[in-house]
Parts: sequence; structure tokens; C-alpha cells
Amino acid sequence: MSPAEELYEVTLVVNGVPRSATVPARRLLSDFLRHDLELTGTHVGCEHGVCGACTVLVDGRPIRSCLQFAVTVDGAEVTTVEGCTRPDGELGPVQQAFRDCHGLQCGFCTPGFVTTVTAYLEENPAPTTEQAREAIAGNLCRCTGYQNIVASVLRAAELRQTPAEEASR
Amino acid sequence: MTTKAFGEPIARLEDPRLLTGQGRFLDDIGHRALAAAFVRSPHAHARIAAIDVTDAVGVDGLVAIYTHDDLDGRAGEPLPLLIPHEALTHGRTGYALAKDEVNHVGEPIVMVVATDRYVAEDVCARIRVEYEFLPPVVGIEAARAAELLVHDDVPGNVSAHMVQENGDVDAALAAAPHVLELDLDIERSASTPLEGKGVHARWDADDASLRVYTSTQASTSVRAALAARLELPLDRVEVIAPDVGGGFGVKIVHPWPEEVMVPWAAIRLGREVKWTEDRREHFVGATHERGQLQHVKVGFDDDGRLLGLDVTVWHDNGAYTPYGIIVPIVTTTQLLGPYKPGAYRAEFFSLYTNTVTVTPYRGAGRPQGCFAMERTMDAIAAYLGLDRTVVRERNFIRPDEMPYDHGLIFQDGRPLIYDSGDYPATLDKLKKLIGWEEFEAFRAEARAAGRRVGIGIACYVEGTGVGPYEGGWVKVETDGTVVAATGLTTQGQGHRTVFAQVVAEELGVPVDRVTVTTGDTRRFGYAVGTFASRAAVMSGNALASAARKVRQKALRVAGEALEADPRDLEIVDGVVRVIGSPSGAPGGSIPLATVAVLANPLRYAFDREAERATQFGGPVDISKPPVAEGDSPGLEDTGFYSPPRSTFANGMHAAIVETDPDTAEISILRYCVVHDCGTLINPRIVEGQIHGGVAQGVGGALYERMVYDDAGQLLNASFMDFLMPYATEVPVIETDHLETPSPLNPLGIKGAGEAGVIPGSAVLASAISDAEGFAITRMPISPSDLYSLRLERQPR
Repeated sequence: MSPAEELYEVTLVVNGVPRSATVPARRLLSDFLRHDLELTGTHVGCEHGVCGACTVLVDGRPIRSCLQFAVTVDGAEVTTVEGCTRPDGELGPVQQAFRDCHGLQCGFCTPGFVTTVTAYLEENPAPTTEQAREAIAGNLCRCTGYQNIVASVLRAAELRQTPAEEASR
Repeated sequence: MTTKAFGEPIARLEDPRLLTGQGRFLDDIGHRALAAAFVRSPHAHARIAAIDVTDAVGVDGLVAIYTHDDLDGRAGEPLPLLIPHEALTHGRTGYALAKDEVNHVGEPIVMVVATDRYVAEDVCARIRVEYEFLPPVVGIEAARAAELLVHDDVPGNVSAHMVQENGDVDAALAAAPHVLELDLDIERSASTPLEGKGVHARWDADDASLRVYTSTQASTSVRAALAARLELPLDRVEVIAPDVGGGFGVKIVHPWPEEVMVPWAAIRLGREVKWTEDRREHFVGATHERGQLQHVKVGFDDDGRLLGLDVTVWHDNGAYTPYGIIVPIVTTTQLLGPYKPGAYRAEFFSLYTNTVTVTPYRGAGRPQGCFAMERTMDAIAAYLGLDRTVVRERNFIRPDEMPYDHGLIFQDGRPLIYDSGDYPATLDKLKKLIGWEEFEAFRAEARAAGRRVGIGIACYVEGTGVGPYEGGWVKVETDGTVVAATGLTTQGQGHRTVFAQVVAEELGVPVDRVTVTTGDTRRFGYAVGTFASRAAVMSGNALASAARKVRQKALRVAGEALEADPRDLEIVDGVVRVIGSPSGAPGGSIPLATVAVLANPLRYAFDREAERATQFGGPVDISKPPVAEGDSPGLEDTGFYSPPRSTFANGMHAAIVETDPDTAEISILRYCVVHDCGTLINPRIVEGQIHGGVAQGVGGALYERMVYDDAGQLLNASFMDFLMPYATEVPVIETDHLETPSPLNPLGIKGAGEAGVIPGSAVLASAISDAEGFAITRMPISPSDLYSLRLERQPR
């Protein structure tokens, strides 16, 4: 019999809510979110940090959750795609922009784009088209050919500048 | 929202779920399931001598280890050969777990089930498989030479040899004023959806029933295959495609080894079992496509008109042939594009290699066929000194020649007859869009600045909407909402939106009131699957048919309630009313919700609305039975669509590239698309399909290749090394379209799913050739490939 794995209690503030689970040291943050906390919006496309589908925000910065152990971010604030909505649960500006621009097809890579763009627009609220393209150039999408994702970044920048009531008109 | 839905670029109904993390993909299901992992062959060709699990059995959390010896009954038989064909004389398939021999790196040998995936992989690492090595056959040339065999009992490594001929090609070539020969080469790529495969199975012992979720393009057929293989009655098996993270062809194959093993283990263990494919597994354990060598011999007159075309294709089918020979059949029939070939002969050899099996990837043999034909067109133009668009135009099938019979048999076993299309008009639009006539001025300007640019063009015709059939079911609920279902599956095409648009339009209800379910055998059991750009054509027309029947019944029931002739009634915004009267007019209208209540005569009133349909609820004609003979209760119906043959979409792409004179870097400056897929249900979704296809076409032309070494190891089985385009590699895509309706189906639609990818390699080869001044014959092409080609041409 091999010895049972040593377990650690990991607590994260996920989308504003403290969440804990007891996991082995090798549990990836992506698996922790998906399988221990059952927040399955974060997707895993390559398991080696290339595709960007698993991108979440840790203390506001985008990271690849498939390259990070959950124990190493114990105590951090994490934002996943589930947390990119408006407080009332309606689509947040980035999500709304993807819908407006047909910026998704199968939707598997989409959570990683939404989190990446959310963080990017904090840094650069008014990107040019070229900047928008660069901003998403670390994420793979096999469906859209990226045309409408670039448009979504620009649209999201617009929506962020516009009060929600006005945008919905 | 108005009822105008069909043809509108409305936003997708599925998006809010997918954008907020509420999608349910395969690995999002079954958190308490046991996890499976597989020991896969690290060798391309070997006999399995022994499997030793001694070191594995003590691992904490291990539940079960299975090998082929454990597979009882039909589960241990070879996997099905899905599409038999008389030319496929030596079809071979693998097993759910390898028996005695492995034929490619990645073939599954042992299944491990454990409490979680981490533990299952620990166990896999401790299982020792002893192999007797066999020499591998890698690459088409080695397969063709046949000095070594993949399967001992398949002479020459040839699974299939097929010839189709229309006219006397030898005579035509002998008489032709000019004859050219081309040798062409296209390498392997793969569908590579962002989500790999995955299977979750739950056996309900009390109910003796199996529920399987699988990331598939064909849930009804997976169901039938599993029922047969696991020896269960069909009605005890349900298969559901949940949200599927892209397919592009690879997920049409079934049942995968894992698709058999996961339910088999779930039944045996009485526990939920799940397997989610990881990225490396997908590279070596799923399927690839595209690899072909081609030889073209073409005869033509002084104007560049084709007189005879003789094409031979050597197609790499990999280790097995579970999907038959669809890909080379498609290549050799769809190669013809929009042209009249004169006498035509197409011959192919489908060859085994010790590499991952080949099955359709978006385009399914068409990109290779388009490459052959379009390289040929460019070669003729270069030989005769003619403009490349002129040669193409002279060979076009003219609109007044439609329907056009090529005298061949297509992949659906039916005649290759084009139904409609206006190729000259498509070419005109494309030339205007890219500025074909102005290009020489641009080239001169660029040249003066020390830049090297080229323009290319490629045309294709795509058989879409292949049969045999699809079905649809539509029901108006008593609250006025509409539910609909079709059996084929969805992998991102926006079916829930476009099918809702079809149903809403036929029924006269707002589109957001329609909810569509796809790929769930509990909801609709008869279906074929999602492939060959067929979903919109097939299920679109089937659902339209079902909705029309529901509409007829709604008008009849409403007519009785309103004491009006059904022919005087219409349905607007979910309300049945006398044509032209405002909805509020007393006695002149009735909501569809109420019609649904009245359509189902009740004994029991479960709510206020239902009271109206009970036996004392209102005036009834007691001379008739509550449900008329031949009628059925409820406001619902089913429709099917089965086409006589495929419908043919078409399109043309043009690109302007720049090649760096020093580094040979290739940049796409402009990429233009004109396409015609008949009547559009949702232009925005069609455009998205084109964009995605073009990105895959660009990837296949410039970046993506499966690199095997001589030992049969796939050297780039990761996203780090297999270069799928990012946003920075895909050019801005400029599009225009025509709408030439198909005469074959009531909605006039043709498929659009694969269109964008087909001419990618052909158009970029054309443009690069134009920039460089010599013909590119091998794709994909990297800067170093181009650099080498330049060196070969330099005088020493």
C-alpha cells in the first residue's frame, strides 16, 4: 500500500466569497476551482499554460490556473468567469460585448478570454484595434478566427465607459 | 421582439450561459464519479508480450485495472467499421483495449479506474507493459513502397483502391494540344478542438439503464453502438451530448475505445465513471487528417479549357479505417470544384501507416482536392501566359448549365449533381472585393520599395447537407413557450439560435420563446449526426416541417374555438387571429397558449388554465370524440427531412501576401472571401463559421503539421509545438456573399460549416507562388521551407 497523500486546507476568496477545501499539495488551482469548489466555468484546454482557457484573476492579475498549485495561492482573491457578471447577475460588460459581437462559438475557450480581457481593460481602458488583437494573442480559440473577439474587446471598452442602463437601451 | 426571425443576424440564445460559466461541458459533469486513465502505447508498432500490474495494485485509491482479457462478449470484438464500401477491401479497426498488437503511439492498452484522475495516472505510471518491437511504417512514401507492412494480412498497405472515370481520359489526354503533370503534397493536421473527447457513464442498477454523456457529434449512433457492444436493449441506453467544446470532424468517430470502456466499467463497477481526454491524449489518441500525395495529369486547349484530367491520390489513412474511405472519396469528387473537367479519371490508394488514424477534419478531403485543382489551374495559366482568373472563368460551369451532372458517385452514394450556383458572379464579386485588376499597380509600387508581394485565388464547390435524414420535434406548451428538439448534436454552431429562428418563423412566435434541445436521445431518438455541413440543411428543414404541422393544428383548433375558418387565421407574436385584425379584437383572437390547452382534452384540472380543457370546461360538440380519429392530443408534431442528394455550396477566396526577400517570412496582407451557401438563416452565424474556417485554413497552410519521426513518434504533440494560429496569425477577413437558394429543400439553404477552410492552402500557395515566381507544390509552407526552396533555385 502506498502512503495516503498529505492534505492541506486551502482557503480562497472566490468571486468575493471565502471558499475552503482540503486537498493534496499537487492539486492544481484549475482542478481546485472546478472539482473541489465545483466552479466549472474555468476550463482546461491544454494543461500546460499555452491555450489560456483556464485563465483566472488572482489578486486582479490574470494567471493560468493549470500552472499553479492551489496551495500556493492560499488566501488569495480569485476572480473566475462566474465572477465577471454584474452584481445583479446580468452579463458584465465584457460578457455582454462577446454576446453583442458573436465573439464565441462553442464557448469552451471563452471564460479565459473573458477574464483576460477583463484584466486587460483595467490596464488599458481604451485600446486601439491593434492593441485589442495583441491583448488576446495569448489565448487560443479554434472556432471564431478571432475577428469577432477583437471586436468584442473594443465593444467591451465602450460598454465599460457607458452606464449599464444606457447600454441596455 | 417581433416574429421576424428567419434571416436576421440575431444574437445567440446560448451565449448568456456560456459567457457566465454556466455551460455544462463533459468534464463539468459528474463531480463524484470515479476517474479513468489509460496506459497507451509509447511505440508505433509492437506486439504486447506481457502486462505487469504488480507495482500498481497497492496504490491508495485504485479501484480497478482492465486489459483486453477482461472484455467479455462483444465488448472485446474489434470496433465497428462505420462506413463500409466495396472498394475498402482491407478495412481494419482497433479494439477498445489493444489485443496482442499496437499500431500507433497512443493506442490504449490498459484502463485504470481510481478515486481521482491524479491517482489513476499514478497507477498508469506503475503498470509495466512488455513489448516485442515491430518495424513501423511512417509516411506515405514508406507505405506506398510497402517494404514493411502495418497489418500482416494487408498486402501493399492498401486498405482501398478506387477508380472513378467519366469519359475516355487516355484518349482526351492523347489528343490534347497541351499536357502538364504536377506532383503535389499536403501534410497532416487535425481538428484539434479546444475541448478534447470525454465520456461520463452512470449505470442505474435498479432501473437496469445506462446514461452516457459524451463529447460527440453523433449521440444517437453512439447509443446504438453502445447498446450493441454492451449487449443492452436500445431503450435501456440514453446518450447525451452536453455542451461540446468544438468538434470539427474528430468527434464524429464513434464509438471511441474510451466510449466503450467508460460505460463498460460503470456497469461492471456499479459506479459513475468519467474520463476526460487530456491534450497529449488528444494528439495521439484521437484522429488526424489531410496527409496526401497527389499526381495530376491535365490536358487543355490553347484557351486553357480542360480536355482531360487524370488524378491519382495516395491517401494516408493511418493505423485503422473506422470511418471508411470517406476522405479520399471526397477529395477525388470535390476536387472538380466549379469546373467542367472534360474527361475525368480519379484513382486513389488509401494506405495504412503506423500513425494516428485518419478521419474527417473540417473540409474532409476537400482542402486537398481544392489544392490539386487550383494548383492545376494556376499551372495552366502560367503555361499559357493567361490571367489565372481568366483560365478559371473559361472552365466554369455556367448558371444555365445547372443542375450539372458530373457523372460520378459522391460520398453519400448518390450522383454528383450540382443543384445551383452562379460561379461567374461569385468570381466578379471576389475580383472587385480584393481589387484583382489593380493588383499589378500595387505590386509595382511594392517592388519599388524593395518589397515582394503576390496575389492568389482559389475556388471550391462543397457538397453539403448529405442524407440520409434528420428529424425535428416541436411542441407548444400550455404557457405559450415552444420547445423543440432535433437529434443531431451541436459543437458551437449556434443551433439553438438558428433552429429557434426557423421554428419561430414557421410558427409565428417570438424567437426568444423557443427553446431547442440537440443531441439528447431522451428527447429525439432518430438522427444521423453533425458533419459535412449538414445540420442547418437537414435539421433546419426537418424542424420547419414539424413546425408547419403544429401551425396547421393550431389554426384548426383555434378555428374551432373562434368559430372561424382556419384559412382566415394567422399567428402573429404567439397569438392566433383573424388575418389583419388587431390582436385585442374581442372574439377575433386566441393566444397560442390557450390553443395548446384546448388541444389536449383533460379530465383533471391541475391549474386554472387547464380548466378550459376539461370535460365540463366549455362548450363541446358531443357528437364527436374529444380526440378526433387520426389526431393526437397536444399541440406538437414531428417532421423529417430526407434529401434526394446533397446540395452544393460554393465560394472563392483571394489573398495578397508579402514574402520577406531575406528571411522568407510570409505575411498575409489581405484575405477576401465570397461565399454562397444559399438562403441564410442567420448571417452573423454564417459569417462566424467562415471566419473560423479561414483561421483553420491559414493554420493548415502556414503553421500546422503533425511531425512524425521515423520511429512513429509524434514530435509536436502539444500546443507549444503544434502551431495553431493565435489572433496575431489570422488576417483580417473581408467577406461578401451571394444567396443562390438550393432548389432541393423548402428553406433553400446549403451548408456553411466547412466552407471557410477548404481553399486555405490553395489560395495561399497561389499567392506565395505569385510573389516568388515559382510554383509551390507542398503545403503547409513555413519560412524555412520557403527559404530552402529559394536556395534550390539559386544557381550554384
